[in-house]
Amino acid sequence: MNTNKQQKENEIILAIETSCDETAAAVVQGGQEVLSNVVASQIESHQRFGGVVPELASRHHTENITFVIEEAMEKANITFEQLDAVAVTEGPGLVGALLVGVNAAKAVAYAHQLPLLPVHHISGHIQAARLLRPWRYPALSLVVSGGHTELILLKDEGEYEVIGQTRDDAAGEAYDKVARTLELPYPGGPQIDRLAEKGNKTLDLPIAWLESDSFDFSFSGLKSAVINTLHNAKQRGETIRPEDMAASFQHSVVTVLTEKTKRAASQHHVQQVVVAGGVAANNGLRSALRDAFSDSDIELTIPPLSLCTDNAAMIGAAAHVQWKKQHTANWDLNGVPGLALT
Amino acid sequence: MKMLAIDTSTHVMSVGVGEDNKLLGEYTTNFKKNHSVRLMPAIDHLLQELNIQPADLDGIAVAKGPGSYTGVRIGITTAKSMAWALNIPVYAVSSLAVLAQNAKYFSGFISPFMDARRGQVYTGLYKADNGVVQLVEKDRIILLDDWLRLLKDKDKPVLFLGQDWDMHEHSIKEALQDKAWNGDFSSATPRTGELLQLAYTQGAPLSAHEVVPEYTQLTEAEKKWQAANKGKKKHE
Ligand SMILES: [Zn+2]
Repeated sequence: MNTNKQQKENEIILAIETSCDETAAAVVQGGQEVLSNVVASQIESHQRFGGVVPELASRHHTENITFVIEEAMEKANITFEQLDAVAVTEGPGLVGALLVGVNAAKAVAYAHQLPLLPVHHISGHIQAARLLRPWRYPALSLVVSGGHTELILLKDEGEYEVIGQTRDDAAGEAYDKVARTLELPYPGGPQIDRLAEKGNKTLDLPIAWLESDSFDFSFSGLKSAVINTLHNAKQRGETIRPEDMAASFQHSVVTVLTEKTKRAASQHHVQQVVVAGGVAANNGLRSALRDAFSDSDIELTIPPLSLCTDNAAMIGAAAHVQWKKQHTANWDLNGVPGLALT
Repeated sequence: MKMLAIDTSTHVMSVGVGEDNKLLGEYTTNFKKNHSVRLMPAIDHLLQELNIQPADLDGIAVAKGPGSYTGVRIGITTAKSMAWALNIPVYAVSSLAVLAQNAKYFSGFISPFMDARRGQVYTGLYKADNGVVQLVEKDRIILLDDWLRLLKDKDKPVLFLGQDWDMHEHSIKEALQDKAWNGDFSSATPRTGELLQLAYTQGAPLSAHEVVPEYTQLTEAEKKWQAANKGKKKHE
């Protein structure tokens, strides 16, 4: 990188995130203090299609990107002279969407000859925890979102080891598919969560434990079981309360997520468990995890909702680790839809 | 007034820098390789050669489409984000108008065009007058057959410019016979020297926020949705 800013610990980073359908920018200081966190959601625009339309998401990002960055800079009350670096989500995500953020970040960094920090989207979700309190290692992170269900071990700062992952659908994907089956509006996850609170676990749906020593997950069987149960009930002329189906489905998902997290935490003697990703906004999951760790020495960190769903403050937090390791990118940085975490 | 110009709307990537009435430098390549990876290094290379700092720039010109959705977005996003960060205006110019500039001393009609799949092309009709190219029929996406019918009625020579001549040569020659001309490989290549010329002479300065691509059509999902919901509103 053609810049020689002094390496400091309370650096100010402008972070940009456009991996899916949120155009987001934030200013974060020292990987800890959020000076601003702006998210322009596109949900309304995609809702009528029942899911994110990638080309439409890219178009909205292009329309919104400078407005969002400007608002983040203004809310933080920061000038370009005060900025130490520009960070951006490199991947994974929708390629066309990622490209808008990456090219905007490069242009802003280039204009002011600032270092460019590439950030992995999932490391962003995980590092959102640093905005609440300092890490205690070794730590474990349960990452649950529309595209991810993973158990990740952190032995030290920024060192990620995937010890478990989904073999088919991500948890969030299962939520969306079941919501569609129940004819709930998009996005389905929060809808099921809300219904589940009003229902009872009356139905016996499968829980995929897999091999006894495995930290992997599987949700496709559960999804099929929901569809079959509804179908069979209809054939018999019976009705199933959507509230009860939601509660039963959510019970299966939350039980396996909580149990495996607890088991992995004790097996790896971790000091802290961090829950990350959009599904971490799910109330059923939040309370089950709180119960599971209530009488344990392990510190449980569940970020507030605004830091669970996609945002750029988490990218700024993860960029702090990149900053300290001096992992900068060159001007040829590209968006990488299938970027690996490790 | 120092101006940077960017065109990534087709496989051709062109970056240029102009100062008042002078082209200081231009870097143009014509091969299929990722614009997202190559654009910023190209800008950096050219500005360094010219010993120009980003902060020395007074404006940024960009080809706004039509063209490849992703290519146009890379150019537009880079141009508007850099312009916003430097607090300078953007001059957004039609990608087809940039191509038409290559024929500014041709006496007939000019049809810059790009293949738009499924028998369609992005095109518009231009005409040069003493080196100044003017728009006759606005840019659009249209079935090539429909476009050729429209041109045939004009009964004048038409010069076709673009990278997709080979793909459509047969249909064009069949429809227009000896009235159809095609440009040589140089005039078929969009170049930022011409984009700068347009920006300096006809360009209207826009604030970075206002600059958006010219796609000439909705997304597939929106088109399908509109078709499926046609008339629904009226009954509501
Ligand atoms: Zn995410």
